[in-house]
Amino acid sequence: MSDVSVAYPNGHMALRDASFRLDSGTICALVGVNGSGKSTLFKSIMGFVKPRSGQVRINGMPVREVLKQHLVAYVPQAEEVDWQFPVSVWDVTMMGRYGAMNFLRIPRAVDKAKVEESLRRVSMWEFKDRQIGELSGGQKKRVFLARALAQGGRVILLDEPFTGVDVKTEEAIISLLRELRASGAIILVSTHNLGSVPEFCDQVVLINRTVLAYGRTSEVFTEQNLAATFGGVLRQFQFEHSTVQDHDGRAIRVLTDDERPLVFGKDGHLEYKDRDEHGELLKQRAETHE
Amino acid sequence: MSEILQSLITPFQYDYMLKAIWVSALVGGVCGFLSSFVTLKGWSLMGDALSHAVVPGVSLAYILGLPFAFGAFVAGLLAAATMAFIRARSRIREDATIGIVFTTYFAAGLLLISLFPARVDLKTIILGNILGISDPDILQVIVISIVTLVVIGLKWRDLMLYCFDPNQARTIGLRTAVLHVTLLSLLAATAVAALQAVGACLVVAMLVTPGATAYLLTDRFGRMLVISAGMGVATSLAGAYASYYFNGATGGCIVTLQTLVFLAAFLFAPKHGMLASKRRIRTSEPTPV
Repeated sequence: MSDVSVAYPNGHMALRDASFRLDSGTICALVGVNGSGKSTLFKSIMGFVKPRSGQVRINGMPVREVLKQHLVAYVPQAEEVDWQFPVSVWDVTMMGRYGAMNFLRIPRAVDKAKVEESLRRVSMWEFKDRQIGELSGGQKKRVFLARALAQGGRVILLDEPFTGVDVKTEEAIISLLRELRASGAIILVSTHNLGSVPEFCDQVVLINRTVLAYGRTSEVFTEQNLAATFGGVLRQFQFEHSTVQDHDGRAIRVLTDDERPLVFGKDGHLEYKDRDEHGELLKQRAETHE
Repeated sequence: MSEILQSLITPFQYDYMLKAIWVSALVGGVCGFLSSFVTLKGWSLMGDALSHAVVPGVSLAYILGLPFAFGAFVAGLLAAATMAFIRARSRIREDATIGIVFTTYFAAGLLLISLFPARVDLKTIILGNILGISDPDILQVIVISIVTLVVIGLKWRDLMLYCFDPNQARTIGLRTAVLHVTLLSLLAATAVAALQAVGACLVVAMLVTPGATAYLLTDRFGRMLVISAGMGVATSLAGAYASYYFNGATGGCIVTLQTLVFLAAFLFAPKHGMLASKRRIRTSEPTPV
């Protein structure tokens, strides 16, 4: 992706001069605040929005060509899906095959085999006849992952795959993504789950209306870069005089952009209940220090 | 005994009744098919809007001596385009846009009818007149039905995917803009056909109730199509037939019957019915989401 700018008809510039490059066989995290252009970036890779300038190329081909070959697979956010829709796990997975089917979309033996294989890979084969709304959050995610597998996409986009998913499913998804990486796929994962990024992502793209930094996780995923990406939205916890320590004995700092964690004081009382109270508390402490 | 039988087959002895019954059944079936897509896509209001927006087209076609279906279809698509334009170019919400546009078209239609009262009958357009349907009009209904059935028959899987997950449809290379316009055109076309049977006011019932009923009865899209189409045919056939005895408006009979079937499903559907939900709560079984 090089110098991609996207503006919406209402004049909102969602993305400006965004550039990054990923090699095949990569898992890459897409990290940024809400409204930073993550969805727009996805949309431009899927060809839903036309960049005003710049271009997106995959395997050296323009997006239009890539879509024709069904190389981009998309795993949507849970909120985007109508879970009451009268389709079964099997039906949804089969939708990954539509692009490869004939005009009438009648499944051939090869399509059925591919769907079965994909469902077995995500351990959802026993649920194939279930209506999709009757599944747990983690199972729902796995079905859509199976659809991406059945499609055989080489670029797989996952929008917030870990939201509303239990730890076991998260591990299962991650190990599946690693298998896909081994087969040479490019996997782009948008996530708020900062803690899991260094665990399974080789690369990171930091985004805030443009690409702020991209590259290897160890180089890009630094405190300084994250502070720039989140620009004050990020919560930072510093543990002074605390028993919470890193493995090498240093006091640690915690960064999160998740919901506000509950903080307990030393005696087990709630430190503060709301934002104002927190501000008041900080002020008091500052004064006593003076 | 034979008297009862005699009176039961009386409607079939009249040519106009026979025509009314089979044309209604055809329209009911086609609308039923489409109603599955309409309910799942959330286009019920759009169906209502289009059925009213076609009125100026119908009036103008009758005034100019053109086929009514042609005028209606053009007016319907124009209305849809107007809505899309306002929606894209202003901050007005979709429901307000639909409300403004369809009443504008409907008002224009009423105006045209009142200016040329001899050419068109207001009652025919608003309430339908299947008993007095002319042969050229029947021909138009048949053409619309065949085209709709063929398109849905060939492309129902694409349309289903488009209703369920337009993003996926696009990423695998389906042309979603084409699917959108196709579905909208089918909606306009069937609204025109249904206009003949039940009139502009009740068209939306034919385009929504069978689909909504089927949605309560099954969790599979294929079955939903069959149920909604079957319900459309059965209720239209029976409604038209019954209207002979009640001496009532055919449209009223058909739609009332559809409502009764819907109510039955609403209460007694094995999984998604009201009583089934209550039973589940009593036995504290987890509710399927």
